[in-house]
Amino acid sequence: MHKKTMEDYVPNVSKASGPGVDFSYVGIDAILEQMRRKAMKQGFELNIMVVGQSGLGKSTLMNTLFKSKVSRKSVQATAQEKIPKTIEIKSISHDIEEKGVRMKLTVIDTPGFGDQINNENCWRPIMKFINDQYEAYLQEEININRKKRIPDSRVHCCIYFIPPTGHCLRPLDVEFMRRLSKVVNIVPVIAKADTLTLEERDFFKKKIREELRANGIDVYPQKEFDEDAEDRMINEKIREMIPFAVVGSDQEYQVNGRRLLGRKTKWGTIEVENIAHCEFAYLRDLLIRTHMQNIKDITSSIHYEMYRVRRLNENNTVVAHANGMPEHHLESEEKFDSSCAASRF
Amino acid sequence: MIERPETAVPGIAQRNLEGYVGFANLPNQVYRKSVKRGFEFTLMVVGESGLGKSTLINSLFLTDLYSKDYPGPSQRIKKTVQVEQSKVLVKEGGVQLTLTIVDTPGFGDAVDNSNCWQPVINYIDSKCEDFLNAESRVNRRSMPDNRVHCCLYFIAPSGHGLKPLDIEFMKRLHDKVNIIPLIAKADTLTPEECQLFKKQIMKEIQDHKIKIYEFPDTEDDEDNKLIRRIKEKMPLAVVGSNVVIEVNGKKVRGRQYPWGVAEVENGEHCDFTVLRNMLIRTHMQDLKDVTNNVHYENYRSKKLAAVTCNGVDSSKSKGQLTKSPLAQMEEERREHVMKMKKMEAEMEQVFDMKVKEKKQKLKDSEAELERRHEQMKRNLEAQYKELEEKRRVYEDEKANWEAQQRILEQQKLDASKTMEKNKKKGKIF
Repeated sequence: MHKKTMEDYVPNVSKASGPGVDFSYVGIDAILEQMRRKAMKQGFELNIMVVGQSGLGKSTLMNTLFKSKVSRKSVQATAQEKIPKTIEIKSISHDIEEKGVRMKLTVIDTPGFGDQINNENCWRPIMKFINDQYEAYLQEEININRKKRIPDSRVHCCIYFIPPTGHCLRPLDVEFMRRLSKVVNIVPVIAKADTLTLEERDFFKKKIREELRANGIDVYPQKEFDEDAEDRMINEKIREMIPFAVVGSDQEYQVNGRRLLGRKTKWGTIEVENIAHCEFAYLRDLLIRTHMQNIKDITSSIHYEMYRVRRLNENNTVVAHANGMPEHHLESEEKFDSSCAASRF
Repeated sequence: MIERPETAVPGIAQRNLEGYVGFANLPNQVYRKSVKRGFEFTLMVVGESGLGKSTLINSLFLTDLYSKDYPGPSQRIKKTVQVEQSKVLVKEGGVQLTLTIVDTPGFGDAVDNSNCWQPVINYIDSKCEDFLNAESRVNRRSMPDNRVHCCLYFIAPSGHGLKPLDIEFMKRLHDKVNIIPLIAKADTLTPEECQLFKKQIMKEIQDHKIKIYEFPDTEDDEDNKLIRRIKEKMPLAVVGSNVVIEVNGKKVRGRQYPWGVAEVENGEHCDFTVLRNMLIRTHMQDLKDVTNNVHYENYRSKKLAAVTCNGVDSSKSKGQLTKSPLAQMEEERREHVMKMKKMEAEMEQVFDMKVKEKKQKLKDSEAELERRHEQMKRNLEAQYKELEEKRRVYEDEKANWEAQQRILEQQKLDASKTMEKNKKKGKIF
């Protein structure tokens, strides 16, 4: 192998920088640094929806996940919790920052879900909300004069709280998850897991996985979106653990000389971040540390595209804007054709 | 001189006895009679599936009423609300208790839970109606008391307050049965959360004017203090378990977690002991009395008022109160005769079956004997043949031996003859 000198330097982009040959270093990997800087300037957006009966610890879990008071209850100063007569959708946004990385976190809460005596169609308001977000994004996208960065209010992830009965899924849970796994990424968790002993927990999880499989419910991480073998390996490990048994707490206690988040009872203290006690750490890693970008990608490239195809199929002329010119008309039809072809999977 | 002290009740004078009369023995007689008769108690458990109702029942009575091979109704989610009852006879210290547990699987589990309380109400009313009919008969020798004496209502430990379903159910049943609300799976709540939750629940119960079971005041101050302490703890937060775990060398019933053991019988961990003492040890009789005197009387007066007001009974099935005693007696006699006939028919059936069985058995044993006889005969024949064979062999041997003997003799004779010949010949030498 002959050494390259300054004179022989040829910008050969396809060649990777070989061992000991510094002068053919092009600098493509510097793009990572550029992207990082840009991302830090722009900041990230994440929209999480929490769904579950009242009293399952949704707000507490949100506070625990983001280590700050981001839930609806911490923001509203209501003293007493009254169960609302119909389902409301309340979304609260926060700007949080860590190590120079800014994130706009939106927590969408659904008080009143599953609390009534008659819970028929309690999923309708939620589905409507999700579709409305897709619609808003679609409108922005089709606009002729688009904004530089379309504000992303689409729901990236929906955490569904399963009550810790220890037996099996309730009909309400099955119905809801079946309908919503088609429009949004669902992450089921077992709420208030400090009520189950370890054997009960394993049995319950097995039962839930069987029922999800029997009903054809595909929760995140979905099998069909695994890109390569490495992904599949990682995701298989995660799939064996769903649903995560979580315990939330925003109070700190002294345990063995350290201050930890936990729940103190008369017979022991439950540490939230101890994986021998509960699986909160796994959930947090999944949502924030490892799979956050993947969740957003799946939402935008798959769920959103499916919505878009459906929508554009419904009326070939998209909802008329103020500038409803014929070019606009053709443009949207072209887009529609190409996207139809592209999203056939 | 007999004094007449001031009494609280006018008209009833208190007198002091001059000797031992003996009616102080009355409680013992009552006690002995009731022990002989045995007691009955019907307990109903209501709550969503997965709240630990079966486990609590097992823990309360220290037996596995619902066990692995006889699983409780909670293991399967039902499509509609059912009402199932299981009867168990428990004996302790010579006293026997016929315990009936009424379970309501499927309560609150469906997506649409409107009217899920209706089967429960129907069940309670039907039991009261049975008792009313049994009471109104002319012949009242046996009156089994199957009325529901107590209803344990399980509240999910959300930590916030009562759900609309809880409020609806309790509002509809508080004047039909004694309701005791319990917080299920209380090991989910920390002590502070538990306090808050209890206060919230009691406030909501008062707001909606729900009448839960009230402990009666006694004259004894000590007992009153206990009762007041129990009242402060309402609703009771319970944890159920029948698994024995060892903690610090002691064996206790509890639930084993990675962070510790929640003990069922520890007063600081949960209110299970309070519930058990109250339900079984101290207030069981009072629950039955309140059911009899208050709830049943309510039902009865409502039912009878409907009859007397209109003159026409709205429920056509049992219009016995409008009949005269003679007709009543006729009907009872007819019923009795029918029952006798049925029993006779049954007995005859049983008898026939038994006769058939016996016949079959006899036939079987006869066949068995036959077989054995055959076998023995065959054995004997075989042995006989064997013996024959041996005999033949022996005869052969004997014949051989005799033949040999004869030959030997012959030889001897020959030898002696030759010797004689030789002697004669040899004399010449």
